Amino acid sequence: MTLSTSPSKPVLSLGPVYYLWDGPKWRDFYFRVADEAPIAHVTIGEAVCSKRLHFIEPHVGEVIERLENAGKQVSLASLALVTLERESQLVRGLVRDSAHSIEVNDLSALHLLAGKPHSIGPLVNVYNGATARLLASRGATSICLPPELPMGSVRGIVDENPGVDFEVFAFGRVPLAISARCAHARSKGLIKDNCQFICGEDPDGLTVETLDSQPFLALNGVQTMSHTCQALLQELPELAAAGVSRIRLSPQDCDMAAVAHIFDDVIAGRRSPREAQATLAGIYPNRPFSNGFHHGQTGATWISAEAGAEAR
Amino acid sequence: MELICPAGTPAAFREAVDAGADAVYCGFRDETNARNFPGLNFSRDELRTAIAYARGRKVMTFVAINTFMRAGQEGLWHQAVDDAAALGADAVILADFGLMAYTVERHPKQRLHVSVQASASNADAVRFLVEAFAAKRVVLPRTLTIADIARLAKQIDCEIEVFAFGGLCVMAEGRCSLSSYATGKSPNMNGVCSPASHVRYRPDGRDLVSELGDYTINRFPAGEAAGYPTLCKGRFDIAEERGYAFEDPVSLDVMDHIEALRAAGVSALKIEGRQRGKAYVAEVVSVMRRALTAGATERPALVSRLKALSEGQKTTTGAYEKRWR
Repeated sequence: MTLSTSPSKPVLSLGPVYYLWDGPKWRDFYFRVADEAPIAHVTIGEAVCSKRLHFIEPHVGEVIERLENAGKQVSLASLALVTLERESQLVRGLVRDSAHSIEVNDLSALHLLAGKPHSIGPLVNVYNGATARLLASRGATSICLPPELPMGSVRGIVDENPGVDFEVFAFGRVPLAISARCAHARSKGLIKDNCQFICGEDPDGLTVETLDSQPFLALNGVQTMSHTCQALLQELPELAAAGVSRIRLSPQDCDMAAVAHIFDDVIAGRRSPREAQATLAGIYPNRPFSNGFHHGQTGATWISAEAGAEAR
Repeated sequence: MELICPAGTPAAFREAVDAGADAVYCGFRDETNARNFPGLNFSRDELRTAIAYARGRKVMTFVAINTFMRAGQEGLWHQAVDDAAALGADAVILADFGLMAYTVERHPKQRLHVSVQASASNADAVRFLVEAFAAKRVVLPRTLTIADIARLAKQIDCEIEVFAFGGLCVMAEGRCSLSSYATGKSPNMNGVCSPASHVRYRPDGRDLVSELGDYTINRFPAGEAAGYPTLCKGRFDIAEERGYAFEDPVSLDVMDHIEALRAAGVSALKIEGRQRGKAYVAEVVSVMRRALTAGATERPALVSRLKALSEGQKTTTGAYEKRWR
């Protein structure tokens, strides 16, 4: 008889807030996460736009302290798009001065962190085991896989890299693209260099509709996100069985502590995915869920548990 | 500066060589390259013949293997690199770190260029690619101004190639899942963006509506020319505003800035358009070749001829000028 070792259950991680929230709102959000949310790993910091940094900077110290006192492991996100000299300096400063692990969201941080332990964020292209192996050989200890990756790829990459903690983007509007141009500012008649931080008016993103009034995408500064909220709930057992060790929740402007409890309940088997989904829809209302990427389909679609089982 | 020209077919390849390309870039007929369109690209035999044709005329051939390897199917990408090397490609243009590592290990003498799809937009990113994979050249994403490029060139030990003419990505290349969100087909995994298989034109009253998957991308009143529904060049509604949310249907043209790019330290100018026909390739390459060598008085006429070849005849200098942002 062979003993099968069932993999340990995944833990929850919280990605960085992609939106521009004012300092106090941002701080209070993390205070609540520290006090109320069953989340093990928290990545904080500005990943989307270097112009926004001063909004959160005054609060970073107290937020880290509160999270760590609550037993959370804290990482700092690097910028996703680094083009200006000022942005290069910011990333260099982050790597040089930080006592915390860095989440890499752009290749410049990969260069600066070579040989030091770090994590890889979902905005770095890891599509196969060989890429994960290369990054691990240079110091990556955890990798959040790109949201568009289908389950077959997730399984293959995890299988090939037993020493690495893998994370999957399981809740939130999906970051789909980033640009040097700010479509958010453009939509309000401004340009990036004189944006007046207009993206701060839309703390959960600004909906882009088709000309036939169908909600499609969302603007968040220089980032374009999905209109839908990716929600991998019914897929959690499959992800756990595949050896995925972290489940990432990406902050939306809703009660993320409650969202975390729902995911925690499903992972622990205290709540069925179907019931969890209904509760989740109440916490983050008026936003359709999607899981198409995970099933190798159109990203915006929702594949029900029954249809998903048939497709496999 | 070298002139790097596109070829989607053997005929376009020969036209590009004859019209004055310094190098022609092309890809294999499968998902390993970012222009994986029906009827395009090269078989192994076609590439062998093309390389021989180019070499006889002192023109280089670059092979783009610039999508990301699908887990479990890596053999397809490995084979593409093995074959490009065996057939004598002067460079392979790669985006995937795993594939770069494979190439360095198996073909250490093969010249490696970094595709725009790798999104290396700053000096430290380029240093990573040079140090990890001995990259000799990087194709820069269309996110930088000419001043940014000049500053970058001074900081790196690697040649720089930039896009000068043709289609324009609004988003940082290689970091865009808009197409797979709407159609399930992704530039990174499948080598396609806004694929024709998911495009539909639907008459609605006197309008023509263009759709991609389940989404309306544009609506053209009678009399307005209907463009292809590339997702990021579509018309959308944002709050009360209706318009081209990301970018107008324009193409890139920076030929007015040749001297500035040269002074910035750019080694090569790239023409986008492997999906274009051989007549287009021949015309653009020959005009650009003349524009590169022309004097200041002769150049404006050549530049305006290029504009006439552009998509909808509307062009932009894109991110190369700061006000675009």
